[in-house]
Amino acid sequence: MEPTPTNAPVIEFRAVVYTLPNGQQLLHNMNLQVQRGETLVLLGRSGSGKTTTLKLINRLLTPSGGEVRVNGAITAKSDVIRLRRSIGYVIQDVGLFPHFSVERNIGLVPRIEGWPADRIHARVEELLQLVELDSKIASRYPHQLSGGQRQRVGVARALAADPAILLMDEPFGAVDAITRDQLQREFLALQRRLNKTVVFVTHDLREALRLGSRIALMEAGQLVTVLPPQDFLRSTDSLAAAYVQAFREGWDSPAKGGT
Amino acid sequence: MNVFHFFLQHHKEILELALEHLWLVGISTLLAVLIGIPLGIISAHWPVWNKPVLGTANVIQTVPSLALFGFLLPVPWIGARADRLAILALTLYALLPVIRNTYTGIRGVDPSVVEAGRGMGLTDRQLLLHVELPLAVSVILSGVRVAVVVSVGLATIAAAIGAGGLGEFIFRGLAMVNNELILAGAIPAAILALSADFGLGWLERRLQPR
Repeated sequence: MEPTPTNAPVIEFRAVVYTLPNGQQLLHNMNLQVQRGETLVLLGRSGSGKTTTLKLINRLLTPSGGEVRVNGAITAKSDVIRLRRSIGYVIQDVGLFPHFSVERNIGLVPRIEGWPADRIHARVEELLQLVELDSKIASRYPHQLSGGQRQRVGVARALAADPAILLMDEPFGAVDAITRDQLQREFLALQRRLNKTVVFVTHDLREALRLGSRIALMEAGQLVTVLPPQDFLRSTDSLAAAYVQAFREGWDSPAKGGT
Repeated sequence: MNVFHFFLQHHKEILELALEHLWLVGISTLLAVLIGIPLGIISAHWPVWNKPVLGTANVIQTVPSLALFGFLLPVPWIGARADRLAILALTLYALLPVIRNTYTGIRGVDPSVVEAGRGMGLTDRQLLLHVELPLAVSVILSGVRVAVVVSVGLATIAAAIGAGGLGEFIFRGLAMVNNELILAGAIPAAILALSADFGLGWLERRLQPR
Protein backbone atom coordinates (compact mmCIF):
# COMPACT_ATOMS: atom_id res chain seq x y z
CA MET A 1 0.00 0.00 0.00
CA GLU A 2 1.23 3.46 -0.91
CA PRO A 3 1.69 5.87 2.02
CA THR A 4 -1.18 8.35 2.27
CA PRO A 5 -0.51 11.99 3.11
CA THR A 6 -2.79 13.42 5.79
CA ASN A 7 -4.71 15.66 3.41
CA ALA A 8 -5.47 12.83 1.01
CA PRO A 9 -9.19 12.08 0.59
CA VAL A 10 -10.51 9.27 2.78
CA ILE A 11 -12.87 8.15 0.05
CA GLU A 12 -12.28 8.76 -3.61
CA PHE A 13 -14.29 7.89 -6.74
CA ARG A 14 -12.30 7.91 -9.97
CA ALA A 15 -14.38 7.68 -13.14
CA VAL A 16 -16.66 5.12 -11.53
CA VAL A 17 -19.29 3.44 -13.66
CA TYR A 18 -21.84 1.00 -12.33
CA THR A 19 -23.87 -1.14 -14.71
CA LEU A 20 -26.45 -3.76 -13.80
CA PRO A 21 -26.03 -7.26 -15.30
CA ASN A 22 -28.94 -6.42 -17.66
CA GLY A 23 -26.93 -3.54 -19.09
CA GLN A 24 -28.75 -0.69 -17.39
CA GLN A 25 -26.26 1.96 -16.27
CA LEU A 26 -26.99 3.28 -12.78
CA LEU A 27 -23.93 5.46 -12.41
CA HIS A 28 -22.04 7.32 -15.12
CA ASN A 29 -18.47 8.50 -14.69
CA MET A 30 -18.59 9.44 -11.02
CA ASN A 31 -15.73 11.52 -9.63
CA LEU A 32 -15.89 12.46 -5.99
CA GLN A 33 -13.62 13.02 -3.01
CA VAL A 34 -14.61 12.85 0.63
CA GLN A 35 -12.25 14.49 3.12
CA ARG A 36 -11.41 13.34 6.62
CA GLY A 37 -13.96 14.41 9.22
CA GLU A 38 -16.51 15.90 6.84
CA THR A 39 -20.14 14.94 6.40
CA LEU A 40 -20.80 14.61 2.71
CA VAL A 41 -24.49 14.44 1.92
CA LEU A 42 -25.62 12.69 -1.25
CA LEU A 43 -28.84 14.43 -2.17
CA GLY A 44 -31.14 13.26 -4.94
CA ARG A 45 -34.43 11.75 -5.94
CA SER A 46 -35.06 8.03 -5.74
CA GLY A 47 -33.30 6.33 -8.62
CA SER A 48 -30.68 9.08 -8.87
CA GLY A 49 -27.89 6.68 -7.86
CA LYS A 50 -27.18 7.88 -4.33
CA THR A 51 -27.65 4.51 -2.64
CA THR A 52 -25.64 2.85 -5.42
CA THR A 53 -22.85 5.33 -4.72
CA LEU A 54 -22.96 4.50 -1.02
CA LYS A 55 -22.87 0.74 -1.59
CA LEU A 56 -19.85 1.10 -3.84
CA ILE A 57 -17.89 2.45 -0.88
CA ASN A 58 -18.23 -0.67 1.31
CA ARG A 59 -18.30 -2.87 -1.78
CA LEU A 60 -21.81 -4.16 -1.36
CA LEU A 61 -21.52 -3.30 -5.05
CA THR A 62 -18.35 -3.50 -7.14
CA PRO A 63 -17.66 -0.83 -9.78
CA SER A 64 -18.12 -1.92 -13.41
CA GLY A 65 -15.56 0.69 -14.44
CA GLY A 66 -13.15 3.09 -12.76
CA GLU A 67 -12.12 2.66 -9.14
CA VAL A 68 -13.21 3.49 -5.62
CA ARG A 69 -10.46 4.11 -3.09
CA VAL A 70 -10.84 4.03 0.66
CA ASN A 71 -7.82 5.38 2.54
CA GLY A 72 -5.91 5.20 -0.72
CA ALA A 73 -6.53 1.51 -1.33
CA ILE A 74 -8.62 0.35 -4.28
CA THR A 75 -11.67 -1.35 -2.77
CA ALA A 76 -11.95 -3.95 -5.53
CA LYS A 77 -8.49 -5.22 -4.53
CA SER A 78 -8.96 -5.01 -0.75
CA ASP A 79 -10.13 -7.72 1.63
CA VAL A 80 -13.87 -7.04 1.51
CA ILE A 81 -14.58 -8.28 5.03
CA ARG A 82 -11.85 -6.09 6.58
CA LEU A 83 -13.04 -3.16 4.47
CA ARG A 84 -16.64 -3.49 5.67
CA ARG A 85 -15.64 -3.90 9.29
CA SER A 86 -13.67 -0.65 9.07
CA ILE A 87 -16.79 1.17 7.84
CA GLY A 88 -19.98 1.68 9.84
CA TYR A 89 -23.19 1.17 7.88
CA VAL A 90 -26.65 2.44 8.86
CA ILE A 91 -29.73 1.91 6.68
CA GLN A 92 -33.28 3.25 6.78
CA ASP A 93 -34.85 -0.07 7.76
CA VAL A 94 -32.09 -0.38 10.40
CA GLY A 95 -31.91 -4.14 9.88
CA LEU A 96 -31.51 -4.99 13.56
CA PHE A 97 -31.28 -8.74 14.08
CA PRO A 98 -34.74 -9.59 15.44
CA HIS A 99 -33.53 -12.66 17.34
CA PHE A 100 -30.78 -10.79 19.19
CA SER A 101 -31.13 -8.49 22.18
CA VAL A 102 -29.94 -4.89 21.81
CA GLU A 103 -26.68 -5.83 23.53
CA ARG A 104 -25.99 -8.71 21.14
CA ASN A 105 -26.95 -6.60 18.15
CA ILE A 106 -24.45 -3.93 19.08
CA GLY A 107 -21.81 -6.40 20.20
CA LEU A 108 -21.97 -8.78 17.24
CA VAL A 109 -18.96 -7.52 15.30
CA PRO A 110 -16.78 -7.17 18.42
CA ARG A 111 -17.80 -10.72 19.38
CA ILE A 112 -16.88 -12.06 15.96
CA GLU A 113 -13.63 -10.12 16.18
CA GLY A 114 -12.95 -12.06 19.36
CA TRP A 115 -13.15 -9.31 21.98
CA PRO A 116 -13.39 -10.57 25.57
CA ALA A 117 -16.92 -10.49 27.01
CA ASP A 118 -16.28 -7.78 29.60
CA ARG A 119 -14.81 -5.46 27.00
CA ILE A 120 -17.84 -5.98 24.74
CA HIS A 121 -20.15 -5.28 27.64
CA ALA A 122 -18.31 -2.07 28.53
CA ARG A 123 -18.34 -0.99 24.89
CA VAL A 124 -22.09 -1.59 24.60
CA GLU A 125 -22.71 0.52 27.73
CA GLU A 126 -20.52 3.26 26.36
CA LEU A 127 -22.27 3.26 22.98
CA LEU A 128 -25.77 3.25 24.47
CA GLN A 129 -24.78 6.31 26.47
CA LEU A 130 -23.34 7.91 23.35
CA VAL A 131 -26.63 7.56 21.46
CA GLU A 132 -28.55 8.68 24.55
CA LEU A 133 -30.25 5.40 25.37
CA ASP A 134 -30.83 4.01 28.84
CA SER A 135 -28.54 1.04 29.53
CA LYS A 136 -31.65 -0.84 30.76
CA ILE A 137 -32.56 -1.21 27.10
CA ALA A 138 -29.62 -3.57 26.48
CA SER A 139 -31.59 -6.69 27.32
CA ARG A 140 -34.61 -5.76 25.16
CA TYR A 141 -35.37 -7.12 21.71
CA PRO A 142 -35.81 -4.93 18.60
CA HIS A 143 -39.60 -5.44 18.45
CA GLN A 144 -39.86 -3.92 21.93
CA LEU A 145 -38.30 -0.63 20.83
CA SER A 146 -39.76 2.51 19.29
CA GLY A 147 -38.68 3.61 15.82
CA GLY A 148 -36.36 6.26 17.22
CA GLN A 149 -34.78 3.84 19.70
CA ARG A 150 -34.24 1.29 16.96
CA GLN A 151 -32.50 3.88 14.82
CA ARG A 152 -30.23 4.84 17.72
CA VAL A 153 -29.35 1.17 18.30
CA GLY A 154 -28.56 0.95 14.57
CA VAL A 155 -26.13 3.86 14.90
CA ALA A 156 -24.59 2.37 18.04
CA ARG A 157 -24.12 -0.95 16.26
CA ALA A 158 -22.43 0.75 13.31
CA LEU A 159 -20.03 2.47 15.71
CA ALA A 160 -19.26 -0.69 17.72
CA ALA A 161 -15.82 -1.43 16.30
CA ASP A 162 -15.00 2.30 16.17
CA PRO A 163 -14.80 2.69 12.38
CA ALA A 164 -13.35 5.92 10.99
CA ILE A 165 -15.96 6.02 8.23
CA LEU A 166 -19.72 5.97 8.61
CA LEU A 167 -22.16 5.36 5.74
CA MET A 168 -25.76 6.34 6.41
CA ASP A 169 -28.57 5.57 3.95
CA GLU A 170 -31.61 7.72 4.81
CA PRO A 171 -31.23 6.68 8.42
CA PHE A 172 -33.91 9.07 9.69
CA GLY A 173 -36.33 8.57 6.80
CA ALA A 174 -38.78 6.28 8.55
CA VAL A 175 -39.37 8.15 11.82
CA ASP A 176 -41.80 10.95 12.64
CA ALA A 177 -40.80 14.60 12.23
CA ILE A 178 -40.17 15.30 15.91
CA THR A 179 -38.05 12.19 16.41
CA ARG A 180 -36.19 13.00 13.21
CA ASP A 181 -35.42 16.49 14.44
CA GLN A 182 -34.09 15.05 17.67
CA LEU A 183 -32.02 12.38 15.90
CA GLN A 184 -30.53 15.02 13.60
CA ARG A 185 -29.59 17.16 16.58
CA GLU A 186 -27.97 14.17 18.28
CA PHE A 187 -26.17 13.27 15.08
CA LEU A 188 -24.61 16.74 14.95
CA ALA A 189 -23.53 16.53 18.59
CA LEU A 190 -22.14 13.04 18.02
CA GLN A 191 -20.28 14.13 14.93
CA ARG A 192 -18.69 17.06 16.79
CA ARG A 193 -17.36 14.60 19.37
CA LEU A 194 -16.32 11.71 17.14
CA ASN A 195 -15.26 13.52 14.00
CA LYS A 196 -15.94 10.57 11.69
CA THR A 197 -15.87 10.76 7.94
CA VAL A 198 -19.55 10.45 7.06
CA VAL A 199 -21.35 9.88 3.78
CA PHE A 200 -25.05 10.51 4.29
CA VAL A 201 -27.80 9.75 1.77
CA THR A 202 -31.05 11.71 1.83
CA HIS A 203 -33.73 13.10 -0.48
CA ASP A 204 -34.57 15.85 1.99
CA LEU A 205 -32.87 19.20 1.30
CA ARG A 206 -33.62 20.41 4.80
CA GLU A 207 -31.74 17.44 6.27
CA ALA A 208 -28.90 17.93 3.79
CA LEU A 209 -28.53 21.62 4.69
CA ARG A 210 -28.60 20.88 8.37
CA LEU A 211 -26.18 17.97 8.54
CA GLY A 212 -23.85 18.29 5.57
CA SER A 213 -20.52 20.04 5.37
CA ARG A 214 -20.92 19.58 1.62
CA ILE A 215 -23.89 18.53 -0.49
CA ALA A 216 -23.40 16.34 -3.55
CA LEU A 217 -26.44 16.66 -5.77
CA MET A 218 -27.23 13.62 -7.92
CA GLU A 219 -29.67 13.09 -10.77
CA ALA A 220 -30.15 10.12 -13.11
CA GLY A 221 -26.85 8.48 -12.20
CA GLN A 222 -24.82 11.66 -12.56
CA LEU A 223 -23.17 13.87 -10.01
CA VAL A 224 -24.59 17.33 -10.78
CA THR A 225 -22.67 19.51 -8.37
CA VAL A 226 -20.92 19.45 -4.98
CA LEU A 227 -21.38 22.54 -2.83
CA PRO A 228 -21.27 23.61 0.81
CA PRO A 229 -24.81 24.26 2.18
CA GLN A 230 -24.64 28.07 2.07
CA ASP A 231 -23.50 28.00 -1.58
CA PHE A 232 -26.14 25.42 -2.43
CA LEU A 233 -28.90 27.87 -1.50
CA ARG A 234 -27.44 30.46 -3.90
CA SER A 235 -26.52 28.02 -6.65
CA THR A 236 -27.39 28.99 -10.21
CA ASP A 237 -27.51 25.36 -11.26
CA SER A 238 -31.05 24.75 -12.46
CA LEU A 239 -31.58 21.47 -10.58
CA ALA A 240 -30.17 22.84 -7.32
CA ALA A 241 -32.34 25.95 -7.77
CA ALA A 242 -35.38 23.73 -8.33
CA TYR A 243 -34.68 21.94 -5.03
CA VAL A 244 -34.29 25.24 -3.19
CA GLN A 245 -37.46 26.60 -4.75
CA ALA A 246 -39.48 23.50 -3.81
CA PHE A 247 -38.10 23.80 -0.30
CA ARG A 248 -39.03 27.52 0.01
CA GLU A 249 -42.50 26.91 -1.39
CA GLY A 250 -43.14 24.29 1.24
CA TRP A 251 -42.05 26.85 3.78
CA ASP A 252 -44.14 29.82 2.49
CA SER A 253 -47.23 27.81 1.63
CA PRO A 254 -50.46 29.79 1.28
CA ALA A 255 -52.02 27.50 3.85
CA LYS A 256 -49.91 29.26 6.46
CA GLY A 257 -50.95 32.70 5.18
CA GLY A 258 -47.65 33.30 3.37
CA THR A 259 -47.47 34.67 -0.15
CA MET B 1 -64.05 -54.46 23.14
CA ASN B 2 -62.51 -57.05 20.85
CA VAL B 3 -59.93 -54.61 19.67
CA PHE B 4 -59.06 -53.71 23.24
CA HIS B 5 -58.54 -57.35 24.14
CA PHE B 6 -56.46 -57.89 21.09
CA PHE B 7 -54.24 -54.95 22.10
CA LEU B 8 -53.81 -56.36 25.60
CA GLN B 9 -52.93 -59.78 24.31
CA HIS B 10 -50.50 -58.61 21.68
CA HIS B 11 -49.01 -55.56 23.41
CA LYS B 12 -45.51 -57.00 23.19
CA GLU B 13 -45.64 -57.48 19.45
CA ILE B 14 -47.33 -54.11 18.91
CA LEU B 15 -44.60 -52.38 20.90
CA GLU B 16 -41.91 -54.19 18.96
CA LEU B 17 -43.35 -53.24 15.60
CA ALA B 18 -44.00 -49.68 16.77
CA LEU B 19 -40.30 -49.36 17.71
CA GLU B 20 -39.31 -50.77 14.34
CA HIS B 21 -41.64 -48.26 12.73
CA LEU B 22 -40.13 -45.44 14.73
CA TRP B 23 -36.66 -46.55 13.75
CA LEU B 24 -37.53 -46.49 10.02
CA VAL B 25 -39.08 -43.02 10.33
CA GLY B 26 -36.34 -41.69 12.62
CA ILE B 27 -33.39 -42.74 10.47
CA SER B 28 -35.00 -41.60 7.23
CA THR B 29 -35.99 -38.23 8.71
CA LEU B 30 -32.47 -37.74 10.03
CA LEU B 31 -31.05 -38.48 6.58
CA ALA B 32 -33.59 -36.19 4.92
CA VAL B 33 -32.63 -33.36 7.28
CA LEU B 34 -28.90 -33.93 6.73
CA ILE B 35 -29.34 -33.86 2.96
CA GLY B 36 -32.34 -31.54 2.62
CA ILE B 37 -31.18 -28.57 4.70
CA PRO B 38 -27.90 -28.12 2.76
CA LEU B 39 -29.81 -28.50 -0.51
CA GLY B 40 -32.35 -25.91 0.66
CA ILE B 41 -29.53 -23.52 1.60
CA ILE B 42 -27.90 -24.01 -1.79
CA SER B 43 -31.10 -23.33 -3.70
CA ALA B 44 -31.83 -20.25 -1.58
CA HIS B 45 -28.36 -18.76 -2.14
CA TRP B 46 -27.72 -19.77 -5.75
CA PRO B 47 -30.94 -19.29 -7.74
CA VAL B 48 -29.65 -21.47 -10.62
CA TRP B 49 -29.96 -24.50 -8.34
CA ASN B 50 -33.44 -23.65 -7.19
CA LYS B 51 -35.37 -25.18 -10.10
CA PRO B 52 -33.35 -28.40 -10.58
CA VAL B 53 -33.25 -29.17 -6.84
CA LEU B 54 -36.89 -28.42 -6.02
CA GLY B 55 -38.00 -29.89 -9.34
CA THR B 56 -36.26 -33.20 -8.69
CA ALA B 57 -37.64 -33.39 -5.15
CA ASN B 58 -41.08 -32.66 -6.56
CA VAL B 59 -40.87 -35.40 -9.15
CA ILE B 60 -39.74 -37.94 -6.55
CA GLN B 61 -42.77 -36.98 -4.48
CA THR B 62 -45.10 -37.85 -7.36
CA VAL B 63 -43.79 -41.42 -7.79
CA PRO B 64 -46.25 -43.84 -6.15
CA SER B 65 -44.61 -45.39 -3.10
CA LEU B 66 -45.01 -49.01 -4.14
CA ALA B 67 -43.50 -48.21 -7.52
CA LEU B 68 -40.59 -46.43 -5.83
CA PHE B 69 -39.85 -49.55 -3.78
CA GLY B 70 -39.87 -51.49 -7.04
CA PHE B 71 -37.52 -49.05 -8.75
CA LEU B 72 -35.04 -49.20 -5.91
CA LEU B 73 -35.02 -52.99 -5.70
CA PRO B 74 -32.25 -53.53 -8.31
CA VAL B 75 -29.97 -50.88 -6.71
CA PRO B 76 -26.90 -52.70 -5.30
CA TRP B 77 -26.43 -52.78 -1.50
CA ILE B 78 -29.72 -50.89 -1.04
CA GLY B 79 -31.83 -53.61 -2.66
CA ALA B 80 -30.14 -56.33 -0.64
CA ARG B 81 -32.10 -55.61 2.54
CA ALA B 82 -35.69 -54.53 2.92
CA ASP B 83 -35.03 -52.02 5.71
CA ARG B 84 -32.34 -50.23 3.67
CA LEU B 85 -34.78 -50.02 0.80
CA ALA B 86 -37.56 -48.69 3.02
CA ILE B 87 -35.27 -46.09 4.63
CA LEU B 88 -34.04 -44.83 1.26
CA ALA B 89 -37.58 -44.53 -0.09
CA LEU B 90 -38.81 -42.73 3.03
CA THR B 91 -35.79 -40.40 2.90
CA LEU B 92 -36.54 -39.50 -0.70
CA TYR B 93 -40.16 -38.68 0.16
CA ALA B 94 -39.15 -36.60 3.18
CA LEU B 95 -36.71 -34.49 1.15
CA LEU B 96 -39.26 -32.22 -0.53
CA PRO B 97 -40.82 -30.62 2.57
CA VAL B 98 -37.38 -30.20 4.18
CA ILE B 99 -35.77 -28.62 1.11
CA ARG B 100 -38.78 -26.44 0.32
CA ASN B 101 -39.12 -25.10 3.85
CA THR B 102 -35.40 -24.46 4.22
CA TYR B 103 -35.54 -22.51 0.97
CA THR B 104 -38.67 -20.59 1.99
CA GLY B 105 -37.32 -19.90 5.48
CA ILE B 106 -34.04 -18.46 4.26
CA ARG B 107 -35.63 -16.46 1.45
CA GLY B 108 -38.12 -15.13 3.98
CA VAL B 109 -35.47 -13.44 6.13
CA ASP B 110 -35.98 -9.66 5.98
CA PRO B 111 -33.62 -8.39 3.23
CA SER B 112 -32.67 -5.34 5.30
CA VAL B 113 -31.40 -7.64 8.05
CA VAL B 114 -29.24 -9.52 5.56
CA GLU B 115 -28.00 -6.27 4.02
CA ALA B 116 -27.12 -4.86 7.42
CA GLY B 117 -25.24 -8.05 8.29
CA ARG B 118 -23.35 -8.02 5.04
CA GLY B 119 -22.58 -4.32 5.40
CA MET B 120 -21.18 -4.95 8.88
CA GLY B 121 -18.67 -7.33 7.39
CA LEU B 122 -20.14 -10.73 8.24
CA THR B 123 -18.80 -13.47 6.00
CA ASP B 124 -21.35 -15.64 4.12
CA ARG B 125 -20.79 -18.37 6.68
CA GLN B 126 -21.30 -16.05 9.65
CA LEU B 127 -24.39 -14.60 8.02
CA LEU B 128 -25.80 -18.11 7.57
CA LEU B 129 -25.01 -19.34 11.08
CA HIS B 130 -25.75 -16.19 13.10
CA VAL B 131 -28.60 -14.70 11.10
CA GLU B 132 -30.26 -16.72 8.36
CA LEU B 133 -30.55 -20.17 9.96
CA PRO B 134 -31.67 -18.91 13.39
CA LEU B 135 -34.34 -16.78 11.73
CA ALA B 136 -35.46 -19.61 9.44
CA VAL B 137 -35.41 -22.36 12.06
CA SER B 138 -39.12 -22.47 12.83
CA VAL B 139 -40.05 -22.62 9.13
CA ILE B 140 -37.49 -25.40 8.58
CA LEU B 141 -38.84 -27.28 11.56
CA SER B 142 -42.38 -27.10 10.25
CA GLY B 143 -41.08 -28.79 7.08
CA VAL B 144 -39.48 -31.53 9.17
CA ARG B 145 -42.79 -31.91 10.97
CA VAL B 146 -44.66 -32.45 7.71
CA ALA B 147 -41.98 -34.93 6.63
CA VAL B 148 -42.29 -36.94 9.84
CA VAL B 149 -46.06 -37.13 9.78
CA VAL B 150 -46.08 -38.21 6.13
CA SER B 151 -43.30 -40.75 6.82
CA VAL B 152 -45.18 -42.39 9.67
CA GLY B 153 -48.08 -43.09 7.33
CA LEU B 154 -45.89 -44.06 4.44
CA ALA B 155 -43.76 -46.41 6.51
CA THR B 156 -46.75 -48.73 6.93
CA ILE B 157 -46.33 -49.57 3.24
CA ALA B 158 -42.74 -50.65 3.92
CA ALA B 159 -44.17 -53.85 5.33
CA ALA B 160 -45.15 -54.78 1.77
CA ILE B 161 -41.48 -55.36 0.99
CA GLY B 162 -40.83 -57.01 4.34
CA ALA B 163 -39.19 -54.06 6.11
CA GLY B 164 -41.39 -54.50 9.19
CA GLY B 165 -43.09 -51.78 11.16
CA LEU B 166 -46.74 -51.41 12.04
CA GLY B 167 -47.69 -52.09 8.42
CA GLU B 168 -47.16 -55.76 9.21
CA PHE B 169 -50.44 -55.82 11.13
CA ILE B 170 -52.23 -53.92 8.42
CA PHE B 171 -51.12 -56.20 5.62
CA ARG B 172 -51.76 -59.28 7.68
CA GLY B 173 -55.20 -57.97 8.58
CA LEU B 174 -55.98 -57.20 4.96
CA ALA B 175 -54.97 -60.70 3.89
CA MET B 176 -56.99 -62.33 6.66
CA VAL B 177 -59.90 -59.88 6.38
CA ASN B 178 -59.42 -59.18 10.09
CA ASN B 179 -60.31 -55.66 11.20
CA GLU B 180 -58.72 -56.03 14.62
CA LEU B 181 -55.38 -56.76 13.04
CA ILE B 182 -55.71 -53.75 10.74
CA LEU B 183 -56.57 -51.50 13.68
CA ALA B 184 -53.66 -52.91 15.70
CA GLY B 185 -51.41 -51.40 13.04
CA ALA B 186 -53.41 -48.31 12.18
CA ILE B 187 -54.15 -46.99 15.67
CA PRO B 188 -50.55 -47.03 17.00
CA ALA B 189 -49.41 -45.49 13.68
CA ALA B 190 -51.94 -42.69 14.09
CA ILE B 191 -50.82 -42.14 17.68
CA LEU B 192 -47.18 -41.98 16.56
CA ALA B 193 -48.03 -39.44 13.86
CA LEU B 194 -50.07 -37.28 16.21
CA SER B 195 -47.45 -37.26 18.97
CA ALA B 196 -44.67 -36.42 16.49
CA ASP B 197 -46.83 -33.62 15.11
CA PHE B 198 -47.58 -32.29 18.57
CA GLY B 199 -43.98 -32.54 19.84
CA LEU B 200 -42.41 -30.90 16.81
CA GLY B 201 -45.15 -28.24 16.76
CA TRP B 202 -44.30 -27.37 20.34
CA LEU B 203 -40.58 -27.16 19.50
CA GLU B 204 -41.38 -25.01 16.49
CA ARG B 205 -43.26 -22.48 18.60
CA ARG B 206 -40.47 -22.47 21.20
CA LEU B 207 -37.87 -21.64 18.53
CA GLN B 208 -39.97 -19.03 16.75
CA PRO B 209 -37.92 -15.85 16.47
CA ARG B 210 -39.75 -12.69 17.50
